[in-house]
Amino acid sequence: MTATRVPAIDGWFTLDDSPVLIGLGCESCGAYVFPPRSIGCPNPVCDATELHRVQLSRTGTVWSYSVNHYPPPEPYMAPDPFVPYAVAAVELDEEKIIVLGQVAGDVEALDVGARVELVVDTLFVDDEGEHVVWKWKVTS
Amino acid sequence: MTSSEPVVLGVGMHPWGKWGANFAEYGVVAARAALEDAGVAWRDIQFVAGAETVRNGYPGYVAGATIAQALGWQGAQVSTSYGACAAGSMALDAARARIMAGICDVALVIGADTTPKGFLAPNKGERGDDPDWLRFRLLGATNPTYFAFYARRRMALYGATERDFAAVKVKNARHGLANENARYRKEVSVDEVLESAVVSDPLHLLDICATSDGAAAVVLCSEEYAKRQGATDPVRVAAVATVTPDYPNAVIEMPNFATDSWAAAPVPDVGFRDSIARTAYEQAGIGPEDVDLAEVYDLSTALELDWYENLALCEPGDAEGLLRDGATTLGGRVPVNASGGLACFGEAVPAQALAQVCELTWQLRGQAGDRQVEGARVGVTANQGLFGHGSSVILKR
Repeated sequence: MTATRVPAIDGWFTLDDSPVLIGLGCESCGAYVFPPRSIGCPNPVCDATELHRVQLSRTGTVWSYSVNHYPPPEPYMAPDPFVPYAVAAVELDEEKIIVLGQVAGDVEALDVGARVELVVDTLFVDDEGEHVVWKWKVTS
Repeated sequence: MTSSEPVVLGVGMHPWGKWGANFAEYGVVAARAALEDAGVAWRDIQFVAGAETVRNGYPGYVAGATIAQALGWQGAQVSTSYGACAAGSMALDAARARIMAGICDVALVIGADTTPKGFLAPNKGERGDDPDWLRFRLLGATNPTYFAFYARRRMALYGATERDFAAVKVKNARHGLANENARYRKEVSVDEVLESAVVSDPLHLLDICATSDGAAAVVLCSEEYAKRQGATDPVRVAAVATVTPDYPNAVIEMPNFATDSWAAAPVPDVGFRDSIARTAYEQAGIGPEDVDLAEVYDLSTALELDWYENLALCEPGDAEGLLRDGATTLGGRVPVNASGGLACFGEAVPAQALAQVCELTWQLRGQAGDRQVEGARVGVTANQGLFGHGSSVILKR
């Protein structure tokens, strides 16, 4: 039986074959926002109150990263036994914004300046199914 | 506005440690020490400015009134400031503003904390609207993860090494050896740092500050009040900068998932951390060349190096050189964290920014004993609280 895939949070990313992060864009000044929650444009010289949902670039460049060797406290659902995991800060090509994400796949290839793309991968598994989240994957 | 700069009449602390008592007990000890140091009776305090932190299930709420009650109700006006690690500076600023406005002569500023064990964690429950909860849930992005981002950046941009980071710990451990308020008073070698467990690569356990219990208090008063008390050549508060970032902030900050976007507006010439110190220097009418010593927020060893540059003690990329040259070591040009810093104290969130003020006060008075910075007349603190709270205080004599 295949476990049900459940997004670990609703409305922040898509689940298709080429997944994307969902952000907000300001038609008035061109600003972008992630995560997609805002009470107006964050640009202090822009008066826009309504932002529209946009798909953010699927690729970017690693600004920095870290590999965590200790299980974080709850509400992180750490597997037992614990497996170290990497978190990367990635600068998106188009939107000029740095977005965090765990790193899927090969952590050895991580480097500041490495190119990455967005994937959807397992965050944790419980009785409800496989909870998935967006992650970055090194492509070069 | 020199004549109206408030006076630090007294300072006091409860030693940092892991004592397991209620935070109010520590606060009372620190408050009584500061009052005694100032020669002011508790009943004469007109305003209590409390620094608080927020942790469900742990003490930390309602800090101002809680400590006023613990000292015995006497009718003083009260305020409580939340600014995460910057809370102490915000409380100091609340008292300073009242004194400079002439509506208060003498105030007690107080921060105290009892911290839980281990990583600082978000509040309990399903809190899907809380970015602090979500960053743990969705990313496992602990505080050291963010510290590690900055450390890794220094390595990539400037060629910093893990040995450089470890050398910060070695320096601060040595500075704090004789500080009776410090929790850790033991020399540490570079090898010991490098051999300690990797927590968030490239940072080792001994690169990252612990969390501690502790309390710090300041009695702040007007020039006239200080004169009536017979204070001569007292320490004054020349600046308190509690700035927020300018848009767009292009550095990833706790507890955020993303930075601001710089697609619509250029990144400001002066970044957030640089702006904290710059604002303080402008308020005080001084520059970094006037600074005799600094107390900075070494949440990690690598972060102390960032602060050298944010305080403009050196150019970007030169911090490792400044450290290696001994400039920031006791006896050097501008000692940093003469107290031992967070490396020796561990972090007691709402008390920490005030602990920095206590240290500078002792230093400027020449009362710092074995860790005295000779002839110190101007000191600066730097610190940053979660959610965009800047904090820098300048004291001078």
